[in-house]
Amino acid sequence: MAITNPVPVSPIFGRLTLDAFPIHEPVILGAFVGTALIGAVVLFALFKYRLWGYLWTEWFTSVDHKKIGIMYMVLGLIMFLRGFADAIMMRVQQAIAFNGSEGYLNAHHYDQVFTAHGVIMIFFVAMPFVTGLMNYVVPLQIGARDVSFPFLNNFSFWMTTAGAVIIMISLFVGEFAQTGWLAFPPLSGLGASPYVGVDYYIWGLQVAGVGTTLSGINLIATIVKMRAPGMSLMKMPVFTWTSLCTNVLIVASFPVLTAVLVLLSLDRYVGTNFFTNDFGGNPMMYVNLIWIWGHPEVYILILPLFGVFSEVTSTFSNKRLFGYTSMVYATVVITILSYLVWLHHFFTMGSGASVNSFFGITTMIISIPTGAKIFNWLFTMYRGRIRFELPMMWTVAFMLTFVVGGMTGVLLAVPPADFVLHNSLFLVAHFHNVIIGGVLFGLFAAINYWWPKAFGFKLDVFWGKVSFWCWVVGFWAAFMPLYILGLMGVTRRMRVFDDPSIQIWFQIAALGAFLIACGIGAMLVQFAVSIWRREQLRDHTGDPWNGRTLEWATSSPPPAYNFAFTPVIHDNDAWSDMKKRGYQRPLEGYRSIHMPSSTGTGVILSGLSVALAFALIWYIWWLAALSFLGIIAVAIAHSFNYHRDFHIPAEEVVATENARTELLAAGVRA
Amino acid sequence: MSTTVIDTRDGEVQFHLAEEPHHSEGSSTMLGFWLYLMSDCLIFAILFATYGVVGANYAAGPSPKDLFDLELVAINTAMLLFSSITYGFAMLEMARNRKSATLLWLGITGLFGLAFLGIELYEFAHLIHEGATPQRSAFLSAFFTLVGTHGLHVTFGTIWLVTLMVQVSKHGLIPANRRRLFCLSMFWHFLDVIWIGVFTFVYLLGMLR
Repeated sequence: MAITNPVPVSPIFGRLTLDAFPIHEPVILGAFVGTALIGAVVLFALFKYRLWGYLWTEWFTSVDHKKIGIMYMVLGLIMFLRGFADAIMMRVQQAIAFNGSEGYLNAHHYDQVFTAHGVIMIFFVAMPFVTGLMNYVVPLQIGARDVSFPFLNNFSFWMTTAGAVIIMISLFVGEFAQTGWLAFPPLSGLGASPYVGVDYYIWGLQVAGVGTTLSGINLIATIVKMRAPGMSLMKMPVFTWTSLCTNVLIVASFPVLTAVLVLLSLDRYVGTNFFTNDFGGNPMMYVNLIWIWGHPEVYILILPLFGVFSEVTSTFSNKRLFGYTSMVYATVVITILSYLVWLHHFFTMGSGASVNSFFGITTMIISIPTGAKIFNWLFTMYRGRIRFELPMMWTVAFMLTFVVGGMTGVLLAVPPADFVLHNSLFLVAHFHNVIIGGVLFGLFAAINYWWPKAFGFKLDVFWGKVSFWCWVVGFWAAFMPLYILGLMGVTRRMRVFDDPSIQIWFQIAALGAFLIACGIGAMLVQFAVSIWRREQLRDHTGDPWNGRTLEWATSSPPPAYNFAFTPVIHDNDAWSDMKKRGYQRPLEGYRSIHMPSSTGTGVILSGLSVALAFALIWYIWWLAALSFLGIIAVAIAHSFNYHRDFHIPAEEVVATENARTELLAAGVRA
Repeated sequence: MSTTVIDTRDGEVQFHLAEEPHHSEGSSTMLGFWLYLMSDCLIFAILFATYGVVGANYAAGPSPKDLFDLELVAINTAMLLFSSITYGFAMLEMARNRKSATLLWLGITGLFGLAFLGIELYEFAHLIHEGATPQRSAFLSAFFTLVGTHGLHVTFGTIWLVTLMVQVSKHGLIPANRRRLFCLSMFWHFLDVIWIGVFTFVYLLGMLR
């Protein structure tokens, strides 16, 4: 049931009333019971096995970039399951809501589902996955001990998590936005959306945005300042290059999102007139501003995965990457061009032929560096000794899938064609084609590729292949029908349909979604089976794929300090170069290592941020003031702590490294 | 591509340096803070752009000519510019390693900052009293948001300044505190630069419109 009238605000509970709990919605109630049960089991297990202390000291308060990276990945995975549940709900609704049937979701609920799906998949799945990957891999690839600002890294992670928590609360307390994932006004204004949905959206993204921006700054500083001696910019691994460009994009675009959401919240909270229809407001300004962030955002998501594909292709073709220099330049060109195309998201706004032509042409130009990358990967594979391990399989699937998505993108870049296809299912098919085919396939390649580095054992191949085939076939079955429907003129975000002749396409799409569900299931089974059989899948060398970059030079999982001695770099593909030159691992001369210490401040600040956001959403002003003052006080108190580092004693380094020496020797004997 | 090889005496390639390369604590801080300032600059860029788009939408309400008191704003600008100069003096004293002189100039800087905030609040109160509220028109929404965001930054800068003064008086001009003073210095001058933009584009050009 949608609440459309303003709710009276009480001084203690704000506008939070018992009506806010959706107990009359069976679907949400079911989701709540399910989540509560899983949560209870997890909590019970954590208490029973006394894991709280371990989690707190070893993980939550850790400033180790590797642990933070893994926590980002776990966050992404959990939110992925939520986002996918939304997806399959939409697919089922659209497959059955024909011939007068209303389906099983009412309009208020359905509109929340498509909004939540978009928001969660972009901000709380793709972003944590990508950030987690960069966090884990970049310092290892550049031969560093940690990132430039380890505490900030921990804080960034917890702010991202806080944003996810705020979005999850909206499922059970109140409602989420019903506006679509970018919340265009005037629909997202107070007049059309008077209740808490849009406020959940705003504060969830603002809190997470703090984390994203800071982590972008952190990784740029890390890549610029912390590289091992000898690693000039043009000797950096391609994944590090794409990470650098991604983080430049983050720092140069997320503030725009922050600013535009501030303006929207001022409209909603203070009654200003930025995006209203009267008193001189201009709703189209919102659309421009948010896409100035939004278009770079899609490159933030895909660029690191381009890096992954480069690493995977050259490793599994046993060759140096073809066209390293052109790859770097292509990445940089994409970084710059991504700021010059935002208007192609709304050609239909009516900016005039000249403006539309400019943005249409820049959009088509951006496909040139991307095409160059595809050719570089193909030429790397050409005459290579290709090993079709799981990461390589995902890479090939990516190349075949992504190229189709890229071509439909160029179709959409033609303004007259866009006037027909705008807001149609063709567009939905296009961006899923590039995001699933590019970002997700890339993440799966990356997970299969770097899992042995993170945990010391490989992932199970059989279940990996089951997952692969379910995903790839499922993807094509789920989204090709949407291209066809889009060309027939079906618009996006529809809840019910009148024309029975198109039902079959939605049914095929739903079937595809179920195949994808099998793929996700198989992937979870793959993780479980691999953990179960970890002794058989164990790798003691630290270099299971005959890797080429520095992260494979250390043990798996790497010690807290990453490298006992900072490596000196002489060539691209530093580890490959070291192996070629007959590098011998030093067995003595270890020294104590200077490292940053753990701190719980990040967790505390993020908890206070959740309280602040919740209070602002529900107009609980006293709690808002209290938690805001709390944040300031904790931040100031933290700045009075001057002792933020410690030394790992040389004996501990010796013990760790000697254990590795024995394992390596045992591997050679076997 | 050419490869630079770091050789040892006997021509063998070396993979580790005898002396560990040391990234001294805070060696990335200045770069990181610059990056943060640029991201903050982008927020102001959006607010300026917004003001540029809707700044003339008076909605039959008051326009800059009806509202702005340039003399008051000139005094206010002087307060902020003076505060930047005095911060500069504080940094010079820091370079001479004179703790109490540094603290004195920091205190004067904070007083100028408070004066700036006081005058700004007076101006806002005056405007609201005359009915020129942020809700009145898109022009006023954009005006209050841009100038108010700058004011909020000065407020946080002042809180930071006080915190740092306590830390300097407690621990002295140790490297960590010097680094922090440098960061706040950049932040303070950055706000000055933003204010010059505000003064020019909002107030001066507003009177010409």
